[in-house]
Amino acid sequence: MRGFILSRLGQSALVLLVMSFVIYGLIGLMPGDPLDVMLASTPGVTAEGVARLRAIYGLDQPLMLRYFHWLVAALQGDFGYSRTHSVPVLEVLAPALVTTCRLMLISFVLAVTLSFLLGITAALRPGGWLDGVISLGAFAGISVPVFWLALMMILVFAVELHWLPASGADTVGDGSLLDRARHLVMPVATLALASTGGFTRFIRASMIETLRMDHIRTARARGNPPWRVVMVHALRNAMIPVLTVIALSFGSLFSGALLTETMFGQPGMGKLIYDAILANDFNLALSGLLFATLITLLANLAADLAYAWLDPRIKL
Amino acid sequence: MRFRLLRVACIAATLLATTIQVHARDTLTIGLSSFPTQFHPAADPEAVKSYIEGFALRPVTAFDATWHNTCLLCSELPSQDADTVEIEERPPGLPGMAVTVKLRGGLKWGDGVPVTTKDLAFTAKVGHDPQSGFANTRTWGKVESVEIIDDLTAIMHLDEVSSEFDRIDQLLPEHLEGPIYEKAGAVEYLHQSLYNRAPTTPGLWNGPFLLSQISNNNTVVLTPNPYWSGTKPQIQRIVLRAVENTASLLATLMAGDVDMTPGEGVGLSVDQALTLARTQPTKFDYVFRPSLGFDHIDLQLDNPILADVRVRRALLAAIDRPTITVKLFDGKFQLADSFVSPLEPIFDKGVEGISYDPSLARKLLAQAGWQKGPGGICHDAQGHRLTVEFRTSAGAKLRELMQQVIQSDWKKVCVETVIHNELPRALFGETLKKRIFTGAVMYAWSFPVQSSPRQIMGSDQVPTAENNYSGTNYPDWHSDVADQAIKTIETEIDPAKRQEAWQAIQRAYAEDLPSLPLFHRVEIHLIPRFLHGLVPTGHNDISVLWAEDWRMDP
Repeated sequence: MRGFILSRLGQSALVLLVMSFVIYGLIGLMPGDPLDVMLASTPGVTAEGVARLRAIYGLDQPLMLRYFHWLVAALQGDFGYSRTHSVPVLEVLAPALVTTCRLMLISFVLAVTLSFLLGITAALRPGGWLDGVISLGAFAGISVPVFWLALMMILVFAVELHWLPASGADTVGDGSLLDRARHLVMPVATLALASTGGFTRFIRASMIETLRMDHIRTARARGNPPWRVVMVHALRNAMIPVLTVIALSFGSLFSGALLTETMFGQPGMGKLIYDAILANDFNLALSGLLFATLITLLANLAADLAYAWLDPRIKL
Repeated sequence: MRFRLLRVACIAATLLATTIQVHARDTLTIGLSSFPTQFHPAADPEAVKSYIEGFALRPVTAFDATWHNTCLLCSELPSQDADTVEIEERPPGLPGMAVTVKLRGGLKWGDGVPVTTKDLAFTAKVGHDPQSGFANTRTWGKVESVEIIDDLTAIMHLDEVSSEFDRIDQLLPEHLEGPIYEKAGAVEYLHQSLYNRAPTTPGLWNGPFLLSQISNNNTVVLTPNPYWSGTKPQIQRIVLRAVENTASLLATLMAGDVDMTPGEGVGLSVDQALTLARTQPTKFDYVFRPSLGFDHIDLQLDNPILADVRVRRALLAAIDRPTITVKLFDGKFQLADSFVSPLEPIFDKGVEGISYDPSLARKLLAQAGWQKGPGGICHDAQGHRLTVEFRTSAGAKLRELMQQVIQSDWKKVCVETVIHNELPRALFGETLKKRIFTGAVMYAWSFPVQSSPRQIMGSDQVPTAENNYSGTNYPDWHSDVADQAIKTIETEIDPAKRQEAWQAIQRAYAEDLPSLPLFHRVEIHLIPRFLHGLVPTGHNDISVLWAEDWRMDP
């Protein structure tokens, strides 16, 4: 087990290295350079002024050289300064990472819990009216764009009913746990509902297949109560393919978080990375994307470990 | 006994009601569509940063709502009449200027330290240092040295004669930023500056409000500066909250979570504000303020078709601008004949514009050798089609609509248009910057009041690889009249001579049409009915510079 984990961590490091090179190169290929935005809004900048600013920000060096300098510093734990924020990258990333992880984890737990409840319920009577309702809801969840769902929620619960705040992370001057929780309700619900549809469909399909297997029939024949057959014998087997889907969904959960954060004014990683890319803030965009990659890689590692726990036949 | 109880209850109820009312109206919450990436006033100019910092950090001078230059931190504007400006000789034998700056007495930073000429000298020193990373060197780049006379009087020595000698930006607090600059050095200064490391430090701000709280990278709370010596602000707390999706911002406004959004380009989009004005006419006081935003179409003058001024004039005559402004902008955008706003004192009323006249357009095209041919498209004698590539920012909804209308208008006079829109980043970062467009590009620009048009019209401002792609004379317009006028505008300190130069360049522009003038934009301000005293300016020195005059109904 230890060897497997070390090997996977080594692979993850290699993936991160390759990703850093690819992302740096791709950002470098984008039109314009980091000074364009600044210069566009600064009348009267001379050619000398442009050259001076390029030299200050190191933009007069070739892209590969800049990447090499960044890599050497990053390996020593120095991710550099954010050009747009003028503070060390980690100081900008840390609070955003906390916001995004909080949003993602709560949404993730909610989505998985809901999906299991709905998926199993639907699988118990495939073709029944409850299965029909759940499937319809799941399809709706898959089909509805996140931004539309977010906007509808704001219009209903904030504009019309005034039950919840329309945006932001807390109320100035309050900031209590309850206040923060109220601000999280709509973003979490939006992100969770966006994932629940897909998860529910997978769990339903996997459970239906598992419930038809011989060992389930045997378990029933041995007189096990129905809840035990479903929750102990069937669910454990059905979870293995579902885990893969859930682990892989972390990436899309991240991109969903971008939309949700933007719509609900939550200052998270998604928006930060998006702005950094638009502003050509190399250090910030690169570090943000690498953290996002790292989260997805760790989620996949966790899924692999979960396989072994669920099915002892799987050797790591 | 019963009567006494009743009286106590009445008094308590009254007090409670008063308390509730006071609480309900001591805070003004403003929704913004973006949030600053940093708070150093001289780095990375961002409209939203100017908006937020306008409450807390005053420039020495600013143009007011009547578009006249006024003193905010000074006691009088430098002028020749007051003998506070003189031309002087600099060591290489070139002319420079000595500008006497007189600061207003009693001004203090938010920590109680007086604002003095030491701050002026320090800001000039940092701003003049090419390594400091100042993006905006408009004021300080030309200040060679500052001679301190006393705490409130100093002479700025400029390395050139500049007509903008009386425009002076914000000051930095020497007592706080000076030691940091000395210790960190110019290159590291911005990284170590308190504006970025601890922007809620009271001593960084000298306006009526202080940035007292910044949270979640989307909220700034302003509270009154106890050391502010001007009119005491009535508003006890201003909360500025960013909701970066404008649809969400609109919903947040409608939900009442924010009281207003600014009209200065950091709030709702123009179409959202117009829709709101139509659908909720009584919810806010809507102020439509003509602004310096100028919508126009740049033309590629290297293209032989567009190099012919008759074609350019025909293209302008073919656009039904009156209908566009009525249908798309509720008639609020003003038709433009000059690149200068009619509200500017330098606007030339004698400029002859070209009105909507399709028959004139056809006539001009015929004179240029273009005749209607197969498919209703003009052809020249060699059989070439009159096709113009037309670009604008993808995703700018109203501009894309306007583009489609113009395409249709041009089609009516037999000009074929190929639309090729790009994301702003590609359009401005590559296509315009490297001049790789072949036809027309529609966008808007906004410059400070009466600022030199060199960057957009000077023949030395055509972006090329040799000049590091600086300058925004994208059409590649070369005009001796314009170049001479720009030189006069920048260096002549006699206002009458400058006025003549402004007149000359506006007429040269209207005759040559290197770009097609479309509209002067308006700012749409949604002011809550309980708020008074907010006067939109329409230019870069925005309304918040006078926020101490804002009053809220109880």
